[in-house]
Amino acid sequence: MSAHDHHEEMHPPAPVWMYVVNFLVLVVLTIVTYFVATKDLGAMSTPVALGIAVVKAGLVVLFFMHVFESGPLTKLTIFSSLFMVAVLCGFFLVDYSTRNLEVLPPEETAPVVEKSAKS
Amino acid sequence: MHTDTKVTGHSGQVQAGGHDVGHGHASDLAHHFENHYQQHEAGNLGMWMFLSTEVLFFGGMFGAYTVYRYKFEKVFEQASNILDPLLGGINTIILLFSSVTMALAVRSAQQGKGKAIVGWMAATIIFGLAFLGVKAFEWKHDFAIHVFPTKDFCWSYAREMHKTHQHPEYKPNAPAKFYEEDAKNPESKQGKLFFFLYFTMTGLHGLHMIIGFGIMAVIMVYAWNGYYTKNYFVPVESVGLYWHFVDLVWIFLYPLLYLLGAHLASH
Repeated sequence: MSAHDHHEEMHPPAPVWMYVVNFLVLVVLTIVTYFVATKDLGAMSTPVALGIAVVKAGLVVLFFMHVFESGPLTKLTIFSSLFMVAVLCGFFLVDYSTRNLEVLPPEETAPVVEKSAKS
Repeated sequence: MHTDTKVTGHSGQVQAGGHDVGHGHASDLAHHFENHYQQHEAGNLGMWMFLSTEVLFFGGMFGAYTVYRYKFEKVFEQASNILDPLLGGINTIILLFSSVTMALAVRSAQQGKGKAIVGWMAATIIFGLAFLGVKAFEWKHDFAIHVFPTKDFCWSYAREMHKTHQHPEYKPNAPAKFYEEDAKNPESKQGKLFFFLYFTMTGLHGLHMIIGFGIMAVIMVYAWNGYYTKNYFVPVESVGLYWHFVDLVWIFLYPLLYLLGAHLASH
């Protein structure tokens, strides 16, 4: 145990400025995402909005949730849950975008069919 | 309770091996851990395991959202446009305030300041209540324009009220002509699906916050009584992680529900 004692001490508290700066950056990103969303960016609007959300989430996880100083097991746990959700949503999209599966009775999906026929 | 913690709890380096020498180690270190660091890491990992199941729980709903938004893109944008992105943004910032106060509560725990934990958590609860207050205000309007997805749901009425900037009082039903219009318009069911997802996701998010208040209330009592030490504050940190997780869910709900249709006119 004495050989790696220095790894086995409790983390000292992070400085207050770290939390304050993190908070301010998150507020600025919230304001940015609001104003960007009011402009019509077409196909880019969702990637931009989600990109900002991912950056915000990363800041919360790293600094508010202290993952910047946590061990590899914690990081693996986080990664695996996010990976599973990515698999879920990704495969849903692959599935639904490659076959014409009607969710509602045909007459109710008529506008959707019309839209895809146009494009 | 545990008032003798600091006296006997000076050192975590005492051999924690022997259960027969029950008083030979710090009382804030459980028998089965080598030292405080290991105890802390184990508790922390356990909380992250729980949070992974929470990610999967909300992930199911994000999956449903992904599918239906893909299928009914146009109507989802129109439905999203009915929500007020400014109120959602204000709520995001309120929740960020509650996150930073929670982070400072955990920091106080790291310094062994029990009373400060109570103060910062009280601030967190106040911001949390402010968030739910804004949400209640929004929901009141949502109910009045009949977007709550029951048989009273009325897509064309909600669209009309939104377009003309009206804030009607709640009545059990929208005027009959709007229901007739809905019956002819297949998009009304797609709009209903958006609001089903909206109420389920924001409702479960709100429920998580209310559960968080309860957990914080218990932790505050313990903290006030000096139960936590510099070396043992896993419950404080765990409720902190839980609260930040709730913030994380909202960080994704905001663009997906509120900002999706924010670029459309008429608001």
